[in-house]
Amino acid sequence: MSRKTLTIALMDPPYESENLTTAFRILEVAARRGYHINVFAYEGAAGLAFVRQTQHPNPVHGKDVAEENHPTTKDQVAALLAAAEQSGGKVDWVNCGMCVDERGVNEFVPGTRRGSPADFHAFAEASDNVLVIPTK
Amino acid sequence: MAQYLLIESRDPFESNDVGYYYDLAKGLVEGGNQVTLFLVQNGVLPARPSARSAALNALARNGVTVLADDFSLQERGIAKLAEGVAAAPIEVVVEHLAAGHKTLWH
Repeated sequence: MSRKTLTIALMDPPYESENLTTAFRILEVAARRGYHINVFAYEGAAGLAFVRQTQHPNPVHGKDVAEENHPTTKDQVAALLAAAEQSGGKVDWVNCGMCVDERGVNEFVPGTRRGSPADFHAFAEASDNVLVIPTK
Repeated sequence: MAQYLLIESRDPFESNDVGYYYDLAKGLVEGGNQVTLFLVQNGVLPARPSARSAALNALARNGVTVLADDFSLQERGIAKLAEGVAAAPIEVVVEHLAAGHKTLWH
């Protein structure tokens, strides 16, 4: 069976849209199948892999950091990379350079990289399929 | 004949654009294509038997495969589905992508 290559473009910023929950579910399935995955994180999505995200407590619910165990998108990105590697696939996660500069989020999860829309074009050319998940 | 996967994430009670997306599905089928409409997130709300379910039933009768994401259904407490709609896992999306089907997200 040939190893598929899929490209997904994301545009939503962290912690705002259910689109990202669905996107990570799709990506996780593809990773478990050992597919090669390209992700182009554009506009707000450029913050998904920002490495300085930290978990926080939830004083309203009386939970400390450990009890709240709030998921961060940087950990989801790292988990995706690990899952792909475990299945023999790979993830090329590109953070739009201008987008990260605008937002001050240019420190990435290891294994992701800075790029530009030209990378998205190259991904599309080299992929079996492309899914663009736009903002609402 | 082409194969299409149309992903609908929006709630038709909130967005009138959803109706246009359903029209796109219907038009593609009428043009001789195979179309799967995959409802996800608040897009699954009309899968609960309701005032907006008739449109999904009509699509199914016209030959569109109408699926609703099982995770989104569970989150919203939707157990009983409108006629013509079937629950499906998110794996369906990856299978369509891997098969090279034209895939759109709304």
